Amino acid sequence: MSTIFHLDIVSAEESIYSGPVEFLVAPAQMGEVGIYPRHTPMLTRIKSGMVRIKAQLKEEELIYVSGGMLEVQPNVVTILADTAVRSHDLDEAKAIEAKRAAEEAMKNRESELDYAKAQAELMEAMSQLAAIDKLRKRKH
Amino acid sequence: MAGSREIRNKIKSVKNTQKITRAMEMVAASKMRKAQDRMKKARPYGEKIRNVAAHMSRANTEYRHPFLIARDTVKRIGIIVVTSDKGLCGGLNTNVLRKTLNQMKRWQAEGEQIEACCIGNKGLGFMSRIGANVTSQVVGLGDTPDIVRLVGAVKVVLDGYTQDQFDRVYIFYNRFINTMKQEPVMEQLLPLTDERMQSDEQSNSKPKTTWDYIYEPEAKPVIDDIMIRYVEALIYQAVAENMASEQSARMVAMKAASDNAGNVIDELTLIYNKSRQAAITKELSEIVGGAAAV
Repeated sequence: MSTIFHLDIVSAEESIYSGPVEFLVAPAQMGEVGIYPRHTPMLTRIKSGMVRIKAQLKEEELIYVSGGMLEVQPNVVTILADTAVRSHDLDEAKAIEAKRAAEEAMKNRESELDYAKAQAELMEAMSQLAAIDKLRKRKH
Repeated sequence: MAGSREIRNKIKSVKNTQKITRAMEMVAASKMRKAQDRMKKARPYGEKIRNVAAHMSRANTEYRHPFLIARDTVKRIGIIVVTSDKGLCGGLNTNVLRKTLNQMKRWQAEGEQIEACCIGNKGLGFMSRIGANVTSQVVGLGDTPDIVRLVGAVKVVLDGYTQDQFDRVYIFYNRFINTMKQEPVMEQLLPLTDERMQSDEQSNSKPKTTWDYIYEPEAKPVIDDIMIRYVEALIYQAVAENMASEQSARMVAMKAASDNAGNVIDELTLIYNKSRQAAITKELSEIVGGAAAV
């Protein structure tokens, strides 16, 4: 019977921990969970907080995670850590912001077009002026 | 010698340009290394979450997440276009936007509506120029594909999918192959295809055992969370690859520009020397001719 299991803690930006451990404690949504080898497969959300890890012949280690998911497979445990504190409301606010920015950009499209048009007209007027200038010089 | 001063000025200005392109090349080279590192670091997360999602899609039969259910009729399509914020990176953005445009034309010919989500300034500018319907955007990401910044725009698209505004979601970006080669690709993001799950699974070569999890607090919100994070991880990966591609494309483009500037300087120097020698010869022969006349 194995007394250790493999633990991976990964976030979208990097791999935080990978190695065999004896025991781990994580702040699950419904309260802290302690996991020993041969734990039943489980999937749960975790809150932001400390994950305590005990590896063989080593001191206990503390790793901070800002929320994420905890997955327990028969011999492998994975913590998918979020890179930032996430909440439904916060995500919603960001979605609205992204939408608003797009709408604004769409509105500005016309003004940009106007700008391009004005620029073209200005260029034409300038070339006309230059031509008139040349003609005048030739006369004198 | 009216020409010689002009040529000298020209050489000077080309030299200045070369200095700038060379500096940009070096900046891009150092950024490229970081961007590639970031892209590699993002991989384990993508793999892990993919495994979880694949297990889950097989294990839990009571609740199937909408991301996994393919729809029969496709009327509206959401696209995510990943480009860089800045230019001067060769044909990188042009290639991916050309691919996007061709695909959009094909869809429009089939009578499908398209809504776009733009990540990166260049794509946004292009989409608004061609009059596409842009529903969300993220610009000014800088050098790090910050997932916090991406969340909002991505959520608009994912919500659109779950609320039946889109029937399919595709993503366009530059896949990083190596420093010299980047390839514009189109991938179907939603619904998540079975083959995507399977091909990922096989690469891990694990025995196909299935088990059901204990879900805490219950299955639905946990599965929802995993699925959203999975799709976000895919998009994050795409953005990270695009950024690595951007820096390498810029480095290559700037190297080519520096080399070209070098060639121009050589040519101009040759012309300058020729005209200088011609002038000297002319002056000499005038003096000699003058002396002979006296």
